[in-house]
Amino acid sequence: MTEPQDTTPPQAGVQRINRGEAFLDVRDLKVHFPTDDGVVKSVDGLSFKLERGKTLGIVGESGSGKSVTSLSIMGLHPPGVARISGEIFLDGQDLVTSSREEVRLLRGKRMAMIFQDPLSAMHPFYTVGKQIIEAYRVHNQVSKQVARKHAIEMLDRVGIPQPDRRVDAYPHQFSGGMRQRAMIAMALSCDPDLLIADEPTTALDVTVQAQILDLIRDLQREFNSAVVIITHDLGVVAELADDIQVMYAGRAVEYSTAEDIFDRPQHPYTWGLLGSMPRIDRERSERLIPIKGTPPSLINVPDGCAFNPRCNYAHLNGGASETDRPELLDTGDGHMVACHLSPKERQKAWETDIKPKL
Amino acid sequence: MFAYLVRRVIGAVILLFIVTAVTFSIFFLVPKLGGATADDLASRYVGKSAGVEQIHNTAVKLGFTDPLYKQYGRFVKGLVVGADYDYGAGIERCPAPCFGYSFLTQQPVWPDLVSRIPVTASLAGGAAFIWLITGVGTGVISALRRGSVLDRSLMSVALAGVSLPIFFTGLLSLSIFSYGLGWTQQGGVNPLDETNPFWWAYDLLLPWVTLAFLYAAAYARLTRAGMLETLNEDYVRTARAKGLTERTVVIKHGLRSALTPILTIFGLDLGLLMGGAILTETTFSLPGIGQYAIIALRANDLPKVLGVTLVAAFFIVLANLVVDLLYAVVDPRVRIS
Repeated sequence: MTEPQDTTPPQAGVQRINRGEAFLDVRDLKVHFPTDDGVVKSVDGLSFKLERGKTLGIVGESGSGKSVTSLSIMGLHPPGVARISGEIFLDGQDLVTSSREEVRLLRGKRMAMIFQDPLSAMHPFYTVGKQIIEAYRVHNQVSKQVARKHAIEMLDRVGIPQPDRRVDAYPHQFSGGMRQRAMIAMALSCDPDLLIADEPTTALDVTVQAQILDLIRDLQREFNSAVVIITHDLGVVAELADDIQVMYAGRAVEYSTAEDIFDRPQHPYTWGLLGSMPRIDRERSERLIPIKGTPPSLINVPDGCAFNPRCNYAHLNGGASETDRPELLDTGDGHMVACHLSPKERQKAWETDIKPKL
Repeated sequence: MFAYLVRRVIGAVILLFIVTAVTFSIFFLVPKLGGATADDLASRYVGKSAGVEQIHNTAVKLGFTDPLYKQYGRFVKGLVVGADYDYGAGIERCPAPCFGYSFLTQQPVWPDLVSRIPVTASLAGGAAFIWLITGVGTGVISALRRGSVLDRSLMSVALAGVSLPIFFTGLLSLSIFSYGLGWTQQGGVNPLDETNPFWWAYDLLLPWVTLAFLYAAAYARLTRAGMLETLNEDYVRTARAKGLTERTVVIKHGLRSALTPILTIFGLDLGLLMGGAILTETTFSLPGIGQYAIIALRANDLPKVLGVTLVAAFFIVLANLVVDLLYAVVDPRVRIS
């Protein structure tokens, strides 16, 4: 804590605005990793807000900076490896300038995280119960018996049958879906206000995915927590998210309500994501439309719009896409997009090229 | 679990018999291939003035004229029920387990071994304690300070430790601390009893540290590599995400996993050393199994060599069994069936 206002309790008005407006307020976050080959700009100027009780979906390909963002919020980047700048306000406290110990005390208690692969994310040598008890007892001064009772309650709450018996089982004795439930029980054991789910269903059977998503939604309503869902699967955010942020090469390219993103997407990259997603309400004979090319190197991000080498519409902008980086701008009613296309061209491309094929 | 244990013990016994058979065959066959006759072998057990006939009689009495399987059968029988040896001036009873009777020293082998096992056990146990603590500790510190000056210095010392042989480090430490400074005696050992545990430890300190240095170095490198791997595991990130203190994360979640392979190697190393720390015992004149092995080999004293081999093999087999059982305790994913 270096800034003077950090030492005084948060107050309404100006103070509150300085310290972040929303419950989670990320401002111009940059996470750079210096390597021998150059600086990897995993996240390069990202801002978003999230209130309690709301769910934000962060969508993008591998390497778009989704997970790096979540690890920055949690303070889980090893010291000295990542260069983090910008501001991350959690309920008014800036996590970027807070000490490691201060952030540690928030981890697990006020913000918790669910990881992608519950088998590798749980310690193989300790029972599920022990791991939940441990999570609970770091932040609550209670006896082991009380913590154990709490762990059983949590397992029951996430829908694990016979929780009083399963509490003593090891992670490898659980099925994939049960493991993810246990992981969720562990994350929620201290009633966190912010829950970050990093690809929570990617490692699971398709049959179990919907159950886990339902569980997250139910628990969110019960706990009234803010939830960040990170995924490359638009189906997942369609199910859960209130707002969606589409990320590309470490920056947000589109941000709006989930409804808008699906009904009136504005960015060519979002169109690409939608086009490459199978839809149950469409003709099965139609082919999916993949996005051409591969994600860019984060060391040499293309000049201008990072998406321009893969974009079918970049030529319409008279070279602006190759030279100027488009800012994330409001197109009206809160729908933000970072694209050089004029609203008219965008409308036309969407109506004629994209929408009929989805 | 019990069935597994029984199966393993039976397997171990069979293995030990194979070890004796092979050792026996080697010592039976090698002189033969060199052209030695039974009488040549027997000549080493009688006085220089003995005549040809006396030598031959001794060869017959010692069974050197019998075929291999008979001699081996006698040896095994002696192991199980004991044996009587006729060394000329009378009959010597060698009770079970009879590892043989050295006609060179006119002593049964087993009591010799029994008196030497505590020395080797003291040496191995003490050194193991030291190298486990220092080696693992060094490895953890190195892993946490990876790439720092401290890490590099510790790993350089470790490299030296792995590379320098005992007879160098041992003699060096002896020449400094014993001959030079006169702090410790120049070899030998006090028996451990309630009156002098301090002097027991004091006199063993130099051999302990010398032996431990060699192993600690290897363990430090192993621990460092293991820690670097486990600290990158997803479950360590989960532990951090729970808000655990860095200390708990490193020790309880990181080191716990990194220790599992080290435990395996530790068991085997300790088992191997229990069969005699030959170089250390020789350097520091410790009357242990290793020194006994050297004496026996130099004198080509087959009963002693067999005895040492069997004891060494026993400890290695035992260590293997213990490690396998412990593995199931340490790693719940391993279920013994």
